[in-house]
Amino acid sequence: MADIKLSAHNLNLYFGTKHILKNIDIDFSKNKVTSLIGPSGCGKSTLLRCFNRMHDLTPDAKIEGILKLDDLDIYKKKYSVTELRKRIGMVFQKPNPLPKSIYENMSYALKLHDFPKNELPHLIESALKESYLWEEVKEELKKPAVKLSGGQQQRLCIARTVVLRPEVILMDEPCSALDPISTRKIEDLILSLKRNYTIVIVTHNMQQAQRISDDVAFMYLGELIEFDTYENIFKNAKKELTKNYVSGHFG
Amino acid sequence: MDIKKRESLDWFFKQAFKATGLLTICMLGGIFLMLLYNSIAFAMDIKPVDFFTGYQWNPGNANGKYSILPLLVSTGLVAAGSMIIAVPLGIFTAAFLSEFAPPKLQAVLKPVIEMLAAIPSVAIGFLGIVLVGPGIAKLFGIQNGLNALNGSILLAVMALPTIITISEDAINAVPKSYREASLALGADKWTTLFKVTIPAAYPGLIAAVMLGLGRALGETMTVLMATGNAAAMPRGFLDSIRTITATVAIEMGEVPYRTTHYFALFAIAAVLFLITLSINLLGEYFANRLRKFQA
Amino acid sequence: MPSVSWNFISKLPTEGMTKGGILPAITGTVLLTFITTIFAVPFGIACAIYLNEYARPSVLTNIIRASIRNLSGIPSIIYGLFGLALFVQALRLGTSVLSAGLTLGLLSLPYIITTTEEALKRIPTVMREATLALGATQFETIRDVVLPKALPGILTGVILTLSRAAGETAPILFTGVAFYINGLATSFNQEFMALPYHLYMLSTQHQSIGQVRPLAYGTAVVLIILVFIMNCIAFYIRFKQRTQD
Repeated sequence: MADIKLSAHNLNLYFGTKHILKNIDIDFSKNKVTSLIGPSGCGKSTLLRCFNRMHDLTPDAKIEGILKLDDLDIYKKKYSVTELRKRIGMVFQKPNPLPKSIYENMSYALKLHDFPKNELPHLIESALKESYLWEEVKEELKKPAVKLSGGQQQRLCIARTVVLRPEVILMDEPCSALDPISTRKIEDLILSLKRNYTIVIVTHNMQQAQRISDDVAFMYLGELIEFDTYENIFKNAKKELTKNYVSGHFG
Repeated sequence: MDIKKRESLDWFFKQAFKATGLLTICMLGGIFLMLLYNSIAFAMDIKPVDFFTGYQWNPGNANGKYSILPLLVSTGLVAAGSMIIAVPLGIFTAAFLSEFAPPKLQAVLKPVIEMLAAIPSVAIGFLGIVLVGPGIAKLFGIQNGLNALNGSILLAVMALPTIITISEDAINAVPKSYREASLALGADKWTTLFKVTIPAAYPGLIAAVMLGLGRALGETMTVLMATGNAAAMPRGFLDSIRTITATVAIEMGEVPYRTTHYFALFAIAAVLFLITLSINLLGEYFANRLRKFQA
Repeated sequence: MPSVSWNFISKLPTEGMTKGGILPAITGTVLLTFITTIFAVPFGIACAIYLNEYARPSVLTNIIRASIRNLSGIPSIIYGLFGLALFVQALRLGTSVLSAGLTLGLLSLPYIITTTEEALKRIPTVMREATLALGATQFETIRDVVLPKALPGILTGVILTLSRAAGETAPILFTGVAFYINGLATSFNQEFMALPYHLYMLSTQHQSIGQVRPLAYGTAVVLIILVFIMNCIAFYIRFKQRTQD
């Protein structure tokens, strides 16, 4: 196995009395794209959100187990969630640009995290280039971000995450609200991003999982059923359930 | 700012905001304790039995009479009268708004109703003096139209926005399928409204009535201006009356500090507080039942 | 309405209130509402933020919510008594525009909390997650995203609440309002004139009621127009926001 960047060990998650994630053990390799697949409600988004502690504000969520970024215990009491989220970025299902200009969307987090002022334009430009958005927006950085098309908004959301130079990027079905052309652009973007980042992506779309993944994890009813390279999952799945799902028999 | 500073700022604001939440508890507690303290002081001077029986409110002098009964009956009478007018009117208006009115009319009527709720109570009281009062006097051939009926009419106007808004929510909350089932069986719109929609919405309608009643019971200026303020046991709607709120408003300004009379005003306010509190709690209970029924 | 003229709203009253204008009552009401705003708006918004953004459902928040609901059902005259006991007597602020403004502030607080919380609830969670996921603290998220987005809704509620506070009479009866003061109110620890109380006195307590009836009509019109304008502003903000969404 390659270097392990992110891992969960014996992870159990409860919402109130409901047992949502059951004994999950999973390792994500550095500079790879790992897809989480499975039918709706299997817990893949819930699992993804554990890694940047997005459940912290959910009233009755209870998390047990050990989650690690390199050697760091993600849920360690003393460790700042703010610092953690700078290192583990997240892109959401629906594009959610801030109600500000394109430039402000990019500079927002940089300002929060005290990046030197004179470096901002340069950092923003390179992040936008990296996200294949620069050419489309360089003339109109002052335009409100909500005026962009859905696909552009989502790429802006990715760029806004990339600009902080995180180590891991979590993506929760980033293309589910987009048309096929925008989806294609984002997939290309994901493939180019993996050189610098470790990417974990939740997807509903089997073709997408095949196009972009190095590894694939199949989940069902809160359990991790099978985790392997994408060739193995799609061509030589060991479990019957996995085979049925990837061949489209249910889900 | 470094992360430590930012996070302590976050913590600081969280605590500060929480303190304002605790402030609301303190406010309610403070009001309650104030009424309790002064009522106890009053009970030391006047036996509670005399307070709740007896027929006279005639405070002030050495052997003043402190019976809440005439005030309580007045308050109840004027509020009951207002509900007799406002409940049918309010529920019909709500039913009309949600079931029959075209969207354009709704868009006009709703802000008008909200606007009605914003008219100051003194302005409505003034209307009672210059318009409703003379009208009543003419209609019944009496000398003075400042009486319970006048107060009831005005309070009905004031309670209407509350009753309409909450009733409308209740009626809107009735699932569409109920209505469709009734209509599909051949019932017309009106039958459906009376036999299906209104019975299904009834917990919400009761909540609406309770909150409207709460507002009518607690209203001060309108009744103070329009009901004549005779502190005697009323015999009917054409009698001049004096509610609890009006009594406090009239007498508090002139009463010497910490006398029996002063404490008495807090005591009657405490009774009013308990009544409005129970009515509001009852309204809330029914509103919750509606919520459960929706889920 | 012959009684409402520029002179009526810009002049001091004269000849024992039987002539002249109602300027001091207008400025008194404005000053009073200003104090109410300063007190109730920050506290109300802060409490709503705590309930909707920070607090998890718990026994404490249940008690706070129950308090707020019950406070909004308490008759306004009881707020008057409470203001008298707390501000005028216990805190020794005397019968003053400050005491009266604070009393109206207490009365307005539950409404501001409720309407603000409704405005905050309409902000979708994904908006908050956007900044949280970038490493913003909750406070930064509230400051930079939630409040700016919720501002029109909050403003609508605040203005509607204040328009009601401006028309209230019962809570200021014992806390500082006066039928007549010499000149305009200039300081916070002074008694003051207010439009609603002025209307009440002119229509029921004046020694020559018949003679001042036109003045009463005029005062009523000015008061209603004031409240009406505030309501229209609130409706306009709400309308604009709805067409934007």
